[in-house]
Amino acid sequence: MPKIVLHAPNGALFTVDAQIGASVMETAVKHGVPGIVAECGGALSCATCHIYVAEAYIDLTGRADDFEDEMLDDTVADRKPNSRLSCQIRMTAALDGLEADIAPEQ
Amino acid sequence: MHGSPTASAGTLIVGAGQAGLQLAVSLRAGGYSAPITLAGAETDRPYQRPPLSKSFLAGTIDEDNLALRAPGFYTDNDIDVVAASRIVTLNPDSSGASALTNGGRVIRFERLALTTGSRPRRLTVPGADLFGVCYLRSIDDAGRLRELLNAAHSVVVIGGGFIGLEAAAAARRRGLHVTVVESSGRLLRRVVAPPISEFYRQAHLKRGVRFRMGCGVTAVHGDDDGNVTTVELSDGTRLAADVVIVGIGVEPRIELARQLGLDCARGIIVDDQARTSNPSIVAAGDCTVQPHPRHPETLIGLESVQNAVDQAKVAAATILGVSRPPAVVPWFWSDQSDLKLQIAGLSTGYDEFVVRGDPATESFSVLYYRQSRLIAVDAVNQPHDFMAVKRALALGASIPATVAGDTRSALKVLMGAPDPAERLTVGVRP
Ligand SMILES: Cc1cc2nc3c(=O)[nH]c(=O)nc-3n(C[C@H](O)[C@H](O)[C@H](O)COP(=O)(O)OP(=O)(O)OC[C@H]3O[C@@H](n4cnc5c(N)ncnc54)[C@H](O)[C@@H]3O)c2cc1C
Ligand code: FES
Repeated sequence: MPKIVLHAPNGALFTVDAQIGASVMETAVKHGVPGIVAECGGALSCATCHIYVAEAYIDLTGRADDFEDEMLDDTVADRKPNSRLSCQIRMTAALDGLEADIAPEQ
Repeated sequence: MHGSPTASAGTLIVGAGQAGLQLAVSLRAGGYSAPITLAGAETDRPYQRPPLSKSFLAGTIDEDNLALRAPGFYTDNDIDVVAASRIVTLNPDSSGASALTNGGRVIRFERLALTTGSRPRRLTVPGADLFGVCYLRSIDDAGRLRELLNAAHSVVVIGGGFIGLEAAAAARRRGLHVTVVESSGRLLRRVVAPPISEFYRQAHLKRGVRFRMGCGVTAVHGDDDGNVTTVELSDGTRLAADVVIVGIGVEPRIELARQLGLDCARGIIVDDQARTSNPSIVAAGDCTVQPHPRHPETLIGLESVQNAVDQAKVAAATILGVSRPPAVVPWFWSDQSDLKLQIAGLSTGYDEFVVRGDPATESFSVLYYRQSRLIAVDAVNQPHDFMAVKRALALGASIPATVAGDTRSALKVLMGAPDPAERLTVGVRP
């Protein structure tokens, strides 16, 4: 199982196992990682699953599509070049070790 | 200081859905240390319902993706999930309150929370119990419907509300013949302004869905084996159907509340602390009605994930005896085919609306006003407008109706100064 390493806003570090095909959001929420609110459960409707992907993984996760891109324009925490909505990143074997900071506010 | 001493019988949450789970989660997050029992009538642990009429029905996701928490979460957080157990009797006697499940199990509790949700309204015409007539509320419903669709040719959807239209879109995507029957003159009548209704009719027509507007269903007919074959309409026509999807609204589950003598209207009446008429009992989610955030004299029922989650957080605060979290802007979404609708605010009672953008482009929004104040937005494939209005409502800012239709300027630029007195929500950060 690929692993995901998440830095919660309070500084705590979470390493969780992900199913291939599950989203980063889904994996985090199911394991009770705090900070990812995910009000819409991954429907790309709420922008409350905002993370900052570590440099090394940006290319591997692919780019935000147009809709996600527009949602990211209005997130509560600042948008950065490595901002993504974590419900839109599906885990693959290649993403093993994916590291990201959870946005301080959702 | 938190919760009760360990000897306490703890909290019983009746209904293991979206609200029930959130209540349990928020209690633990708030330091509640007494037992938490989350009793649910379904065999599945808490899961998301929205995908049932969307991606799950379309077949792009499976049951595994629906669970709201991993099984280990419940053990880690000491939340006792009692699945497949319907609570049939509550005995709130303060010296040893207990609940009885349909399986005969007795659960003791000190505090009680009702998160029983709602059930689909049943079709009552002759033939409504034929094989192939389906409802859409649970994983079981959706799984069964998905299987039926695999072998179907023609689907009749009764009801042009969100669930009906989402299901129609999913069935159409599978290449089936789909007809939506709506008894009123327009789609989504209860919840959106006419331009949105008309837009969805056109958009679904373009994608091959047919409509029979202003028609009631008078009977469902079947073959000798009891399988549905046709749906008869009020004008006498019959539509061929091997599957009928009924989406004519929901009814809050209030039987237990009634049993306890709690005040109920359409749903269980709660205040802005999620307290029922017996202040020691809380309720949250689809089973409740609550004061409208701006017009508290009116009771409203909100059937949304957002409401279930936020009301559950409030209920948890009440049980914990701490101040409630700040109110948030009500919001909702609906995915139909490739069209994403996002709604922020409550549009009921609007006296004016502004269409922003051209519906023909399938990307536009409608802003709603009451006495010139912005109260809500319906945004179709237009996330910027949704997010801007949601933010404006949280701040108590308006966007003048006179300029809101000007698509050359972003709504966030057109937003006026926040007016603290107009805040729909208290304490929400901009
Ligand atoms: C197909 C579908 C699509 C939807 N799409 C959207 C959407 O896109 N966006 C959105 O915001 N909302 C949507 N909703 C609405 C949303 O899912 C509900 O508002 C939300 O689930 C309400 O949560 P709840 O906890 O109040 O009720 P529920 O999730 O219904 O949970 C209540 C639970 O209580 C159980 N229960 C009831 N009585 C008892 C008893 N006596 N003993 C034990 N258990 C009991 C029930 O079996 C049920 O499991 C949709 C709903 C459906 C059905
Ligand atoms: S969970 Fe709502 S946008 Fe990601």
